Amino acid sequence: MSRAIRFAPLVLFLLVVAALVWRLAIPPDTNVHSTLEGRAVPTFSLAGAVPTKAGLASTDLATGQPHLLNIFASWCVPCVGEVKVLQQLKSQGVVIDGIAVRDRPEDLTDFLARNGDPYERIGSDLQSQVQIDLGSSGVPESFVIDGKGVIRYQHIGAIEPQDVSLILSKLEQAR
Amino acid sequence: MRRIILMAALIAAQPLLADSNLPPAYWSNRQLPDPKQEAQAEALMEQLRCLVCQGQSIADSDAELAGDMRDLVRRRIAAGQKPAEIRGWLIQRYGTWISYKPTSEPAAWPLWLAPLALLLIGVWLIGRRIKLKARA
Repeated sequence: MSRAIRFAPLVLFLLVVAALVWRLAIPPDTNVHSTLEGRAVPTFSLAGAVPTKAGLASTDLATGQPHLLNIFASWCVPCVGEVKVLQQLKSQGVVIDGIAVRDRPEDLTDFLARNGDPYERIGSDLQSQVQIDLGSSGVPESFVIDGKGVIRYQHIGAIEPQDVSLILSKLEQAR
Repeated sequence: MRRIILMAALIAAQPLLADSNLPPAYWSNRQLPDPKQEAQAEALMEQLRCLVCQGQSIADSDAELAGDMRDLVRRRIAAGQKPAEIRGWLIQRYGTWISYKPTSEPAAWPLWLAPLALLLIGVWLIGRRIKLKARA
């Protein structure tokens, strides 16, 4: 047996260690991205999530101007912090529609009264069916939708203050 | 005293629930009345990956979203859709990530070829050994 082959186990071991160190240092992206970017919003129609606000249908998203569609819930902790950022976006003229996942009207009314209400319309998605139809894997998530109702960008997780300029530029591109 | 209070507080502490207040979807934990359809749904659910507990199938996961996906699968099977159609519908939304069933895409070719390659290496090793023994 040649000399070089004797070192094969050691080389293999070092390769495994290198792979482990690499993946620990740069963890892979575990987010599941929707594959619907660049495609039209699936057809849906949701009843209003709170009595004081209109529900949301896919046709409401194709009005000629870009929309920010926010998937959220009153039981979702990061959504509380996100509302403030959404209100900042609203004050800059962004149209924000919401889909409340698995929510109750009384909880949602409470949530909006306490944290603020940046939403034009809120549809109630009682069994996450529209969420799944959109290829969304959790709350909060947001979609930038252009005037023709085509999904242009998916933002996974809460929109943080440092994401505002990104969202605004995506909305501008969708114009 | 302070330590005791702290310990008591820790014992009484509850994990923060990140779940909704709504009951599970109707078909999430209920079998379909038709055993044949239920078997079809079950087989498909075991091959669909949970979006929350990535690594579990939606059949195994307790996540609410997995429950809602089981409801979706059973509802569609009951309405007469084929499991392959439902899988395709989900792949359209989440990519092949959602399905545990290996595809025939180029990325999966090593997976299909590995057993064959290992078998050939084994045959070669045994062949060499037999030749060496015959010579000795």
